[in-house]
Amino acid sequence: MKAFRTMLKIETKLSLRGIDMLIFAICMPVVILILLGIIYGNKPAFEGAAYSFFEQSFAAVATIAICGGGVMGLPLVISDYRQKKILKRFQVTPVSPTMILFVQLVIYTLYALCSLILLLIVAVFFFEFQMRGSWLQFLGFYFIVLLSIFSIGLMTGGIAKNTKSAGIIASILYFPMLIFSGSTLPYEVMPVSLQRIADLMPLTHGIKLLKASSLGLPLVNVSFSLIVMIVIAILCIVIAVRYFKWE
Amino acid sequence: MDSMIQVDGLYKSYHGVNAVENLSISIHSGEVFGLLGANGAGKTTSIECILGVRKPDQGAISVMGMNPSSDRKKLFEKVGVQFQESSFQEQIKVVELCEETQALYKNPGDYQALLKQFGLAEMKKAAVAELSGGQKQRLFVVLALLPNPEVVFLDELTTGLDSRARRTVWNGLSDLKQKGMTILMTSHYMDEVETLCDRICILKKGKTVFMGTVQEAVTASPFQRFEDAYLWLTDEEGSENESI
Repeated sequence: MKAFRTMLKIETKLSLRGIDMLIFAICMPVVILILLGIIYGNKPAFEGAAYSFFEQSFAAVATIAICGGGVMGLPLVISDYRQKKILKRFQVTPVSPTMILFVQLVIYTLYALCSLILLLIVAVFFFEFQMRGSWLQFLGFYFIVLLSIFSIGLMTGGIAKNTKSAGIIASILYFPMLIFSGSTLPYEVMPVSLQRIADLMPLTHGIKLLKASSLGLPLVNVSFSLIVMIVIAILCIVIAVRYFKWE
Repeated sequence: MDSMIQVDGLYKSYHGVNAVENLSISIHSGEVFGLLGANGAGKTTSIECILGVRKPDQGAISVMGMNPSSDRKKLFEKVGVQFQESSFQEQIKVVELCEETQALYKNPGDYQALLKQFGLAEMKKAAVAELSGGQKQRLFVVLALLPNPEVVFLDELTTGLDSRARRTVWNGLSDLKQKGMTILMTSHYMDEVETLCDRICILKKGKTVFMGTVQEAVTASPFQRFEDAYLWLTDEEGSENESI
């Protein structure tokens, strides 16, 4: 426990010193949420809808930090620590190198949770946001989405040859998902053809899941998305564990 | 005396080329053992196999009577390691690296005292990346000594140090030797080997060409100085004579 706590403290400091996660996981989602609030105000999601367009978008914006941490932050830090032989140094101490990976996982989870809380404060106080579904269910799905997206990052970080290729893979995964999965640009305003493409992205399904639970919609419609999330999580974790290299 | 490090018939090859061939060493408690040889002779590979970081193709290895791979957790409570290349997180400070490393052990030593002993007390707040080559090297010796180890592995511990810093490190290690610490080290400096090592093993292209004390190495050669004896022992067969 002492090792975990000290490592968490120091690695969090190092991560904050990097600033990029503060920008991409903490500031950016708030800015997007405020923009959506200003643009759409209290407009209903569609004619006769029981919830506003803004409320519909909340869950989507809440995944920006998951996406940034999981697909960008996590793979970069893993490949970096491997390339710099930091994992190798941990191999000759009593602590397992897995511990340092776990610590990173916790750090990115904390970023995501901070972002969620911050967004909630902004949404409730400035834009009359109401949770229409069950909080418990929303949080449950939130962690499933987090696990699923983080597992993609664990896999790419674990198998990428070096930091450079990890960076390229991360960018290829991150930017399209950020823009086209509906996390920033609302899915509902996309033309149907673009929605088809969006449906190919894992995060799109995570967002559908979270939207359904935050708006209190029937879950039958999103059962496919739930399955997608779980399958991705299992698949990526198995590959990550199977093909992981310390050096 | 117990054997602290025992290696029997170690083989390791990369892509069909032997990096280490039939290496057998037995290092006693309290002994300082030097593993010598040119670059690429197999020193680092040997150390990494002994530590369990690399998997040997063949051979039995035990450190403090334990298997370095399967008893990792227990063994590395009492074994300190300094790798040839220093690896650290970007932007980490000296004190943070010490604190993080210290937290990994059940009964660690005091890093403040070690930093002082190796002349780094004033650099505590500095970023590790900003340290000079010699300061970095000393910091990683400090990290290797942090677990209060019974056995220490030092891979090229004074490469890149100036003469004064080397003396500081030597004095530190002599103290530890007095206290009975077992040390396995590699070095390219023969004066260092003469000062510190009780016994040496010289590798050439992965093969053991000499095992014994420094004095025995000199006696085995036609020379008076150890450095000459070392060069003679590691020389390509008659290459110098042929060129004449």
